[in-house]
Amino acid sequence: MANGAQIEHISFFELAKQNMRKLSMFIMLGLIMVVFAFMTGGVNLTPRNITNIFIQNSYILILAVGMVLVIIIGNIDLSVGSLIAFTGAISAMLYNTGMGLIPTLILTLIVGGLIGCFQAFWIAYMRIPAFIVTLAGMLLFRGLTYIITNVTPIALRDDGFKRIASGFLRIDGFTIGGNDGLSLLVMVVAIVLLIWAMLHQRNRKIKKGFTVLSFRYDILKVVALSLLIIFVFTRFASYRGIPTVVLVLSLVTALFVFITNNTVIGRYIYAVGGNAKSAKLSGINSEQVVFITHVIMGVLSGLSGLVFTAYMNSALPQAGDGFELDAIASCFIGGAAASGGIGTTIGAITGGLVMGAINNGMSLQNIGADWQYVVKASILLLAVFYDIWSRRKSGLG
Amino acid sequence: MSDQYILEVKNLTKDFPGVRALDNVEFKVRKGEIHCLVGENGAGKSTLMNVVSGVYPKGTYEGQVFFKGNETNYRNTKDSELAGLAIIHQELTLSPYLSVYENLFLGHMKTRFGVIDWDSCLKDSYPLMKRVGLNEKPQTIVSKMSVGKQQLVEIARAISQKAELLIFDEPTSSLNDDESQKLLDLMREFKREGITCIMISHKLDEVLAVADSITILRDGQSIVSYDLTEREVTEKEIIRGMVGRELKNLFPQKEPDIGDVVFEVKNWTVYHPDYHTMKIVDDASFFVRKGEIVSFCGPMGAGRTELMMSIFGNSYGYGASGEIFLNGDRVEFKNPKDAIEKGVGYVSEDRKSLGLILLQDVKTNITNSSLPKLSKRGVVDKDLEMKSAEKYRQALQIKTPSLLQLARNLSGGNQQKVVLSRCLLADPDVFIVDEPTRGIDVGAKFEIYSILNEMVKQGKSVIVVSSELVEAISMSDRIYVMNEGEIKGVLNRDEATQERIMHMALVD
Repeated sequence: MANGAQIEHISFFELAKQNMRKLSMFIMLGLIMVVFAFMTGGVNLTPRNITNIFIQNSYILILAVGMVLVIIIGNIDLSVGSLIAFTGAISAMLYNTGMGLIPTLILTLIVGGLIGCFQAFWIAYMRIPAFIVTLAGMLLFRGLTYIITNVTPIALRDDGFKRIASGFLRIDGFTIGGNDGLSLLVMVVAIVLLIWAMLHQRNRKIKKGFTVLSFRYDILKVVALSLLIIFVFTRFASYRGIPTVVLVLSLVTALFVFITNNTVIGRYIYAVGGNAKSAKLSGINSEQVVFITHVIMGVLSGLSGLVFTAYMNSALPQAGDGFELDAIASCFIGGAAASGGIGTTIGAITGGLVMGAINNGMSLQNIGADWQYVVKASILLLAVFYDIWSRRKSGLG
Repeated sequence: MSDQYILEVKNLTKDFPGVRALDNVEFKVRKGEIHCLVGENGAGKSTLMNVVSGVYPKGTYEGQVFFKGNETNYRNTKDSELAGLAIIHQELTLSPYLSVYENLFLGHMKTRFGVIDWDSCLKDSYPLMKRVGLNEKPQTIVSKMSVGKQQLVEIARAISQKAELLIFDEPTSSLNDDESQKLLDLMREFKREGITCIMISHKLDEVLAVADSITILRDGQSIVSYDLTEREVTEKEIIRGMVGRELKNLFPQKEPDIGDVVFEVKNWTVYHPDYHTMKIVDDASFFVRKGEIVSFCGPMGAGRTELMMSIFGNSYGYGASGEIFLNGDRVEFKNPKDAIEKGVGYVSEDRKSLGLILLQDVKTNITNSSLPKLSKRGVVDKDLEMKSAEKYRQALQIKTPSLLQLARNLSGGNQQKVVLSRCLLADPDVFIVDEPTRGIDVGAKFEIYSILNEMVKQGKSVIVVSSELVEAISMSDRIYVMNEGEIKGVLNRDEATQERIMHMALVD
């Protein structure tokens, strides 16, 4: 309480009400998991299935992380599905030349970035609407994929590539009570870091005299997050360990949470999306911001292409068909606004997991893709309706 | 008794989530008068008019509204229009890419068997346009006309519906003195024709010029009504009623301490962004000294905003040419970013669409221009950011529950202070403010003037674009007068009068 730090006194109910909009998608994800747990007799919460949900949705989640940035600046990217096929084919061809895995990864990401530059140039500097440029990109790169692959799948020369998607991080012989030791170790480290970060941030704020919430809410937040981490990592531990792709996904998520919250370019993305004219008059080079955003989307499409190729263990000419729509839906379920300026990385990830959990839960009950589409459509509409309704109610337009 | 009043509002209370916008309001308007409604921003004037005109339907408020003696039961504005009540909003509601006559009949076109009869619409538009004094072709696209003319279209649309009661919400806030005068004449004309007018206004001289009655609102309550046919009312009295305290000075004192020329523009010419042969600014040259406030006056469409925006990193127009000197050195501003980095700041006249990012919070709006300064290697120092924003919140007395409040929830005056803070934080040497006091209340205006004075005291230079002559004369050291894209002349503080400025703009 040094230097006149202030503690904001607020009841739990009031706090929950204020943050309802932010919390609603997590609650929705939790509810979906619980409902399917009842319907499948708990099968969807088994270690194997939890691991599968992450692996099977990783490429969509990676796309969603990029897509949410594009949506925040008020644009849309329809080309990402075709880009997955194209960069996937390129990566398979590179890998089959006998090149190592790391150079293949780097070159594929560069190709993704270059394609991003190409589209970003038309969008940012030639001022052609992103919808049109990426619609052209969607057709163009599907066509180019067919041309370079002769419309036949490219098999990978060995199983090394596959590890990106279906491999597991583990140290041989390191087990605790029959569970994977590394997963448990990471779990403990993550929780300790979480507690440390909370205390550190709180002390810093108090020291500088900012208003903070009362201590019990910080504890509540840490406990909730810890329980989530414990749930996920004990699942990994009692199956085969942490999937490699979860590591990739975590790194990408962490990086973009940091970029959107803490960096100048992240803040510029929100500013341009919130009001492009005002951002420009505030001295923000909005063309450059739009350009960079679409290049990021290109690179992440390349990454997603790599993961999908690894997951399928071959590059398919039809790969990624319709993925753009899943990625876009993830962002909107996760609270992004179609008019731009609003959206979060964590929201997009949660939205993607909501879609993934529905697919998975329904598949477990042998309900086909037909009904999965119907349910996903309803969830998308309801989620966005709730978002707009609650925003209007609280006077946020 | 109900014969005498065309509109009666009794015990009206209207709540918004968290705020009581109107509290037991009483409001009576006699048939055939011009009734002015005054009050500070947020006093509830617009809310009251929205209730009266059915924007907020019956049931969302408590109390009673009587129009022509009958209690109203409007579900929407269409109902109130049919009853003969029309509202002309502060923000124009025309469809910008349609022509004048299409706009005039939008929503109630004449049809034959469901097909619009455009010929008869066109024919009927002439007398309407003549009645409001609009000299344009009916086919002119609305967005190509000045705001003043667009407003006339709006009024013509209202009277085309045989309105008996016209409500003007801040009708002159975006008009110049000449256009405002014409509008007031038009209201007097309506009065002679037996149409009742209600005008919401911040401009007390206009209120006193036309009003038969004045009602003052403060904090959602009706404070007092004056009948000007019975007795005279002074500006002082009205202001006292609005703010509940006497404003001794409408303009803060300032002691000028003026140095050398800091910023100079020579032979600036710029063309219309769409019509590349139409000169908007023609060979304009001016300079500003250190510690000086310079105003740009002139009628609407004189090219003042366009001049400033095109100087500020080509933010307006096509084919700009001319020279800019900053501290004696020739400079060029490629874009607004460049201009800000070299020490020039610009605050737009249109704070909602060009100034603020409404869906972001106050803190972010303040720091948006200065993020590179507040960051290390591209990572924003959030504590420093918060501190900087807090500093300006206190310095400019921005009234907001927290820095994390969204900009859209602030009142006009406080929004303006946020935009000013953003510009101040970027620490410019030359500060261009475009209509800094438009649409904000008297108290906030005084504060804005004080902020500008404080800036010149610190050795900065301020350029103000102002449509209010009294404001320009009272606050500036020199006044440039513009019209039709040209700088017509310059007046020193001691030689400037409203008459001389108008004369210079319109006659010389």
